[in-house]
Amino acid sequence: MEKTRPLWTTPLQFVFACISYAVGLGNVWRFPYLCQMYGGGSFLVPYVVMLVVEGMPLLYLELAVGQRMRQGSIGAWRTVSPYLSGVGVASVLVSFFLCTYYNVINAWAFWYLFHSFQDPLPWSVCPLNGNRTGYVEECEKASSTQYFWYRKTLNISPSIQESGAVQWEPALCLVLAWLVVYLCVLRGTASTGKVVYFTALLPYCVLIIYLVRGLTLHGATNGLAYMFTPKMEQLANPKAWINAATQIFFSLGLGFGSLIAFASYNEPSNNCQKHAIIVSIINSSTSIFASIVTFSIYGFKATFNYESCLNKVILLLTNSFDLEDGFLTANNLEQVKDYLASAYPSKYSEVFPQIRNCSLESELETAVQGTGLAFIVYTEAIKNMEVSQLWSVLYFFMLLLLGVGSMLGNTAAILTPLMDSKLISSYLPKEAISGLVCLTNCAIGMVFTMEAGSYWFDIFNDYAATLSLLLIVLVETVALCYLYGLRRFESEFKAMTGRALSWYWKVMWGGVSPLLIISLFIFYLSDYIITGTLQYQAWDAAQGQLVTKDYPPQALAVIGLLVATSTMCIPLGALGTLITRCLRRGDTAPKA
Amino acid sequence: MLWLLFFLVTAIRADLCQPDAENAFKVRLSIRTALGDKAYAWDTNEEYLFKAMVAFSMRKVPNRETTEISHVLLCNVTQRVSFWFVVTDPSRNHTLPAVEVQSAIRMNRNRINNAFFLNDQTLEFLRIPSTLAPPTDPSVPIWIIIFGVIFCIVLVATMLLILSGIRQHRRKNKGPSEMEDTEDKCENVITIENGIPCDPLDMKGGHINDAFVTEDERLTPL
Repeated sequence: MEKTRPLWTTPLQFVFACISYAVGLGNVWRFPYLCQMYGGGSFLVPYVVMLVVEGMPLLYLELAVGQRMRQGSIGAWRTVSPYLSGVGVASVLVSFFLCTYYNVINAWAFWYLFHSFQDPLPWSVCPLNGNRTGYVEECEKASSTQYFWYRKTLNISPSIQESGAVQWEPALCLVLAWLVVYLCVLRGTASTGKVVYFTALLPYCVLIIYLVRGLTLHGATNGLAYMFTPKMEQLANPKAWINAATQIFFSLGLGFGSLIAFASYNEPSNNCQKHAIIVSIINSSTSIFASIVTFSIYGFKATFNYESCLNKVILLLTNSFDLEDGFLTANNLEQVKDYLASAYPSKYSEVFPQIRNCSLESELETAVQGTGLAFIVYTEAIKNMEVSQLWSVLYFFMLLLLGVGSMLGNTAAILTPLMDSKLISSYLPKEAISGLVCLTNCAIGMVFTMEAGSYWFDIFNDYAATLSLLLIVLVETVALCYLYGLRRFESEFKAMTGRALSWYWKVMWGGVSPLLIISLFIFYLSDYIITGTLQYQAWDAAQGQLVTKDYPPQALAVIGLLVATSTMCIPLGALGTLITRCLRRGDTAPKA
Repeated sequence: MLWLLFFLVTAIRADLCQPDAENAFKVRLSIRTALGDKAYAWDTNEEYLFKAMVAFSMRKVPNRETTEISHVLLCNVTQRVSFWFVVTDPSRNHTLPAVEVQSAIRMNRNRINNAFFLNDQTLEFLRIPSTLAPPTDPSVPIWIIIFGVIFCIVLVATMLLILSGIRQHRRKNKGPSEMEDTEDKCENVITIENGIPCDPLDMKGGHINDAFVTEDERLTPL
């Protein structure tokens, strides 16, 4: 008797699971950056085009495969064709890498959340130096938010070679993060199904609250105007289209096997076409919504910095020329500067080097993405709001929800194939399997809590998933359409769900999407080859800013290993199947 | 003759207080920045108060208890408002060493600030660094307390889930092991009619008839 598969209690749980997995930190910290870099409002054009042409078809493909095969990624692709068992293994491996480093972000979010319950916020003031006459030098050179991130949170070393020791504070937070993830995946779909209600819905509540708060901030309109003014000439820039395609691809989390895992717990008659469209539209709308919030916060921060810069210049001039306090304002600054330059030329030329040119544009143009946006720029804006503790708690709680929601999908991608495998699930109950996976990931994740951990994090973030995923999804699409047969899959799917595949999906799966992925793949390969040496940003404590350095050979070896292990699984899997088949044919031949 | 002597004395005193003179300090006030609309004008009365505060600070220094207001000299008052001041000894010929004045002002900085409704940034004594307020360091950092609370909650919840899972496993293992599969299915898909779960009757291999068992439990015990 076949063991019946656990199912989602309602289809809504499945939709929420997909939403909570797809809507993650990338929507908050990568999309606004891309929007800013590639033409503001006009970036939405390539984004929507890629969504329709690449995102929806590939998402539907994965959900359909998962729902039809009713197994995790390894089993599903083995059913499609025995030569594709390597694809499933590659997916699991990439998910494993992702799990290891992604939960470190949750650990950092926990750290900031716990520190938000203080007055004043610890990243809003610099700590005092030894004799209490001034602030710590590193903090003076950088800003207090950067100091808190680089020194107090990461305790970052000057380069990747100096690993330093494991920091116990982030290590504790990492253990807590893994414990939370374990709690949510412990019981499989029974527990995950309940948790995704929160992880899918609550971030929207926080985003709405932040939207209202953000739009009412002083200077928010500057940021919004800057972002949404379309720069039409960027439409001709191929990088805009490539980045739109990449963002859609990675934002939906294709190729990790999580979507296949989630869909495998569906009822066979589930209408996953509708769900695919809903999930992809919600994911993209969330990106746009989050970027509205982000840009109002940017505008606020830029205006605040611009006004502080102006105030510093005013104070400098007032003190140097002993002008009446309050005489100089932002409005008459230029005229007074001209007057002083003509009236006291010698004194003015002494002071002149210290006068900074304050520009709102240059403040807005500082485009940041990734952990820098989430933990430095946002915290800088939050510390200037009233009741900053409340906003800080809300913000990091939202980050945690987004991060844990994505982690649920990532761990499902690893656990589902493991639990499907009869070998492992006959020896261990599912709680033990989940526990072992979480424990292993936690132990390896300790690397990221060392002093050089952030540099290793950047390596994993940039290289662990990018090339491998493109290859995996390409092989998936091509294999399903041409190896398994699109017509065969279509008839089986129609028998299962009762709905026919529309021509649009067939055209996309068969032609357009694979071509798109091939072009992305070629672009990335050529980009890596052309850039030559790979570089990273290291924090220089003496200068209080980031400097660019080259990766040492060990780091380059790790990068190569990361990409190689996952991509090599595909041909090795095919080769393995070929060899076993040949051996079996060799065994049976003499008998025949 | 007397007038000449008076001029001489004031001239000498004026020499003691000059910008960049020995033991002289520059003071800078930003009243409008600090108080906005409630800003007061800086006039000679305010200067008198300032001299009084400085004299008060000097009086707290051992050996300088006899400092009078007239010993504090102000000069070069600008529109900014900024001026220089020195503190002379009782003979009014020499100025007190800068180190003494510095330490005296540092000790009483708070009271001087409060007298003028200003703070360390808006009432600046150049070359006299202010002692910054030490951060309130609780004995146990706050974040560890919150971390401990959340950690314990999550740990307890995890333990509860694991234990209930183990208990369910044991209950399942009491029945025949082959029936584990159907039981798994029944755990997830349980149809309920009239409040009674409809487990298939052959689930426990005919040993127990669930329909009857459930009915018994619904009867009130004697």
